[in-house]
Amino acid sequence: MSSPVELRYSKEHEWVRVQGDVAVIGITAHAANELGDVVFVDLPQVGGTIKQFAVFGAVESVKAVSDLFSPISGSVIARNEALSTAPESINADPYGSGWLLEIRLGDPTELDLLLDAAGYDKLTA
Amino acid sequence: MRRTALHDEHLRLGARMVDFAGWEMPVQYVGVIEEHQTVRANVGIFDLGHMGEIWVRGPHAGAALDRALVSLPSALKLGRAQYSIIVNDAGGVVDDLLVYRVADEEWLVVANASNRARVATLLAQRIGASASVSDESDATAMIAVQGPRSSDAVAALFEPEEADAVRALGNYACRRSVALVSGSRIPLVVARTGYTGEDGFECYLPADSATTVWRALLTPGKPGAPLPHPIGLGARDTLRLEAGMPLFGNELREDLTPFDVGLGRIVRFNKGEGFVGDAALTARSTAGAQVGRVLIGLKITGRGIARHGHGVHLPGGSLIGHITSGTHSPTLGFPIALADLVASAGPYPLGTSLEVLIREERVAAVVTGVPFVPKGVIGTERT
Repeated sequence: MSSPVELRYSKEHEWVRVQGDVAVIGITAHAANELGDVVFVDLPQVGGTIKQFAVFGAVESVKAVSDLFSPISGSVIARNEALSTAPESINADPYGSGWLLEIRLGDPTELDLLLDAAGYDKLTA
Repeated sequence: MRRTALHDEHLRLGARMVDFAGWEMPVQYVGVIEEHQTVRANVGIFDLGHMGEIWVRGPHAGAALDRALVSLPSALKLGRAQYSIIVNDAGGVVDDLLVYRVADEEWLVVANASNRARVATLLAQRIGASASVSDESDATAMIAVQGPRSSDAVAALFEPEEADAVRALGNYACRRSVALVSGSRIPLVVARTGYTGEDGFECYLPADSATTVWRALLTPGKPGAPLPHPIGLGARDTLRLEAGMPLFGNELREDLTPFDVGLGRIVRFNKGEGFVGDAALTARSTAGAQVGRVLIGLKITGRGIARHGHGVHLPGGSLIGHITSGTHSPTLGFPIALADLVASAGPYPLGTSLEVLIREERVAAVVTGVPFVPKGVIGTERT
């Protein structure tokens, strides 16, 4: 399965979609599949800041807990509140309704440290 | 890593394999929640080939087992099973077991995968020359068929008359039987036991017949007959936890006695002669309710899922114990957990508010009754 080409990816299996100085982040289909059924998501508050490659939250499947690592730095504009009642969106639609956070980018040059879809697919092949 | 006789079947079915107690086992085939719901609503089958099967045979086998275990296997009627525990000299839990009286002078002891060699060794030491102890784990496959439609699914393995006898097995009953599958006659022990909190069966059969039986169970039968799905260890764990059943290595540990985990009722003191651990267990059983540990059920009411190892605190107060198992309950739709707490801060009546430390945050929890999901109740009918 190929990852969407319009996104950038971290080696910790998060994606980022940039529109101007705003970015949406989530976890990849590969990560969602590895986790299994997601049942709980722990996300930072709106107004909080996240740092590239640092832990910003956690996602839990029935089996286990995994830390979420931010692909980029920024401040949280919105979080996907629908996940509190429908965390399974992360498995069903990881690049769409399963998004995690919307953030205002701190440093756009950080995007250069991420992989493109081909690079990420190679990593997870 | 060790593999069961059904290893290739799991790969063929697309299972995700994991290391469990040194065994390469299927953790899931399609997804833990879907598999869990299959067992609660329909029927699923489990490869439990990693479990240990130890036979104790001879005219004095029952009395020998009475001395080796905390329960009273000699009192089992022919064709009955009991849940038992083997302890060390200090009364600590070495393993929990199922003990079946399969024939007049034949008992089958089923041990957990992680403990099977140790249990076999201890039984041989404790029983000595008074009975024959034979660890037949490597030659034995174990397939569980669990769920409300399990009796029809398992009955399909037998000729009509024997199928009726298998269907008629009561809870915790067993029988030595012969299955007829694709023209082959396969000797097995079939028992109405399980680890899911549902009606179900466990079959013990020759390892070289495992694939034949497994495939037969997964093959569509007569119209309207239930078609089982394979179920991995992930759902096995969520099912047993909803049923409040302890898991060795989580709830059961060698530094805890049966009385510390709510299983004191299994210990039989009036056997007529002693048993390994009896002095320590007698002392423990009379020590009072404020001594040792207690195992309680928790419903997590705050945000988060309690997991094995998380600390449990009095509200705003001190550490009183740890979570032994915790998960999101697929049936109930909220997180549940079992916790090992100090008795001295108890008792912890139903409804007691506690806190669980989850990722450095104190999350509210309430003491709740166990089993979390009573047998035969499907989640959608519960509030």
